[in-house]
Amino acid sequence: MIRLEKRPNPSRFWLYATPVVAVALTMIAGGLMFAALGKNPFEVIRTIFWDPLFGEFAWYLRGQLLVKAGPLVLIAVGLSLGFRAGIWNIGAEGQYIMGAICGAGVGLAFYPTESRLIFPLMILAGAFGGWVWAMIPAILKTRFNTNEILVSLMLVYVAQTILAMASTGFLRNPEGAGFPGSRNFSSYPAAQNPELIAGSGLHWGGVAALAVVVLAYVLLQKHILGFQIKLAGQAPRAARFHGVNPATLVVLCMGISGALAGLAGMFEVTGPAGQISIDFNSGYGFTAIIVAFLGRLNPVGILLGGLLMALTYIGGEMASTNLGLPSSAIQAFQGMLLFFLLGVDVLTNFRIRSLIGRSTTGAR
Amino acid sequence: MLRRTLLATAALGLGLMTTGGALAAGMDKVKACFVYVGPIGDGGWTYQHHQGALAVQEAYGDKVELQWQESVPEGADAERVLTQMALGGCNIIFTTSFGYMDQTNAVAAKFPDVKFEHATGFKRDSANVSTYNARFYEGRAVQGTIAGMMTKSNKIGYIGSFPIPEVMNGINAYYLAAKKVNPNVELSVVWAFTWFDPAKEADSAKALIDQGVDVIAAHTDSTAPLAEAAKTPGVIGFGQASDMEAYKPSPRVSSIIDNWAPYYVKRVGELLDGTYAQSDTWAGIADGEVLIGDITEAVPAEVKAAAEKVRDDIAAGTLHPFTGPINKQDGSPWLAEGATAPDGDLLGMGFYVEGITAEIPK
Repeated sequence: MIRLEKRPNPSRFWLYATPVVAVALTMIAGGLMFAALGKNPFEVIRTIFWDPLFGEFAWYLRGQLLVKAGPLVLIAVGLSLGFRAGIWNIGAEGQYIMGAICGAGVGLAFYPTESRLIFPLMILAGAFGGWVWAMIPAILKTRFNTNEILVSLMLVYVAQTILAMASTGFLRNPEGAGFPGSRNFSSYPAAQNPELIAGSGLHWGGVAALAVVVLAYVLLQKHILGFQIKLAGQAPRAARFHGVNPATLVVLCMGISGALAGLAGMFEVTGPAGQISIDFNSGYGFTAIIVAFLGRLNPVGILLGGLLMALTYIGGEMASTNLGLPSSAIQAFQGMLLFFLLGVDVLTNFRIRSLIGRSTTGAR
Repeated sequence: MLRRTLLATAALGLGLMTTGGALAAGMDKVKACFVYVGPIGDGGWTYQHHQGALAVQEAYGDKVELQWQESVPEGADAERVLTQMALGGCNIIFTTSFGYMDQTNAVAAKFPDVKFEHATGFKRDSANVSTYNARFYEGRAVQGTIAGMMTKSNKIGYIGSFPIPEVMNGINAYYLAAKKVNPNVELSVVWAFTWFDPAKEADSAKALIDQGVDVIAAHTDSTAPLAEAAKTPGVIGFGQASDMEAYKPSPRVSSIIDNWAPYYVKRVGELLDGTYAQSDTWAGIADGEVLIGDITEAVPAEVKAAAEKVRDDIAAGTLHPFTGPINKQDGSPWLAEGATAPDGDLLGMGFYVEGITAEIPK
């Protein structure tokens, strides 16, 4: 018999060991799956984890890792603040879309004016769009005690509909012959989010992600708000006695995560994506939830988690193209990562006790 | 043999660019790569493109190496996938969804030696980008004829993906053909705002059935609308993009089959023998690119005969699905008596024809 026994305090060892063990288990279980699909598991794992970093085309793919990880980290850091305080913003995808629409909308409103002020204004608009979209579930929660998980999630689908309207209607390229999609920002320098160093993949979104990691780290370690966030998550009653206003915390955490998701959307639409299109969003808002947990809700951990997640995307894509793996096998592989992470996570708060011998005595 | 239709996208002032592409020297071996928007197992759009890819392999055997990537999102990811393919030695890359247009042109500019073929788009910014499309609306005229004759409630439905010209063509052709055989017919349109999402597609079909619609045409990629129609007796529909023969004889009473194989075989062949040049192709029923799937015994013989006549007349060139007089929805004239729609109007179509009561989402 095996029994789980609650630890008096979460294990610090397992807190940090969990992601490593989860990645290792994913490689083993994923390898078995690849073998069952008739592929050489070692070749597939090497293609996913090694080739993008050190393979033939690493000079291109390393930059692409930053492109992919940037929005994930930016969103996940914001989400992690709320998650620590027990505030579950599941709708980052919607906030990401709204940020992109607002940012792009402001930029396109000035087309074709050239001014240095346009891009900063678009950044503000992007953050504002995400913030507003996150304020809806936040205010509904504080006023009417609705569930922020459901409301924020449902608003993703509303945002997707607005995105479709934007690309077929109010933001459509007037020179696009009636086809959906906005103007491409690559041909509008004032509103463009370019690669800062050619070939590096680093754009303003990546810079913002790094800055946010540092800011969040300082906030959590040094600032009273960081203390309140942690306290509210660990001991809500104690937090209340300590003078933490739960409503303020909800509004702040939802607002920050929404604004950051909006920023990510704005940087993506003006940079790598290039234009508002019907399917512009590609799930960053949802994947960032995995990244937040992969990084233990810790800003530095999230940075690493975001890079790892980007690696599985880009490496997985290579495995799928070059080795002929179905794309669903790669998705299953990514799913395994979250599964093992949550599974192994049990060991942080529980220890395994073997009860052989003792349980029989107990039954007598 | 395909009849090549050369189009000038007048709105962009691009003009004919077929002479722009330099002739390539012949090649011993071609690596042909395909980018798919959905999974190959969607049973519709992507499945048919993959069938075309397999036909290329069949036609040239060892002289062709195939590579493909499924479910590539239409955004920054597509640009990376295309770059990886170009770096990885692909000689010709087929990007099989409208949403890859800007990415295809952006990557093509960086790899002038690689040929890019973009499905359903209109941008050919560099000499190595060609575009190709099929006249799906011709098939819709056949379906509309069946729909108009078969409906008992006089309500027919259409599941739209996105209000883009290709879909607007289909809706209008479907309605006009139905109205020709049944002046009382009414059309309902539901927008799914997706190409591939079986749950949403099924919901859209259900919404139409709840409104009393008994003939459903879908412009999305999966078989879900047919699966939903199968639950209600008396409701019929059509296979879309692929034959979807699993739903025969009813609810699937006919289908539009996108037959990309001849085009893919031809283009890769041209690359092998050195006759490849930039082009813009828009082929239809006459060229075998749009096929009408078997019309089943679930429809009476006279309906089948009428539908087949529409198909054959379009193939023979004696019938154009858009022949005037046709007014726009707001009553303003579009085509005069006897006039047929110019390709430029169809490629940029953003309106409903007169008689459709639905609204275009804005």
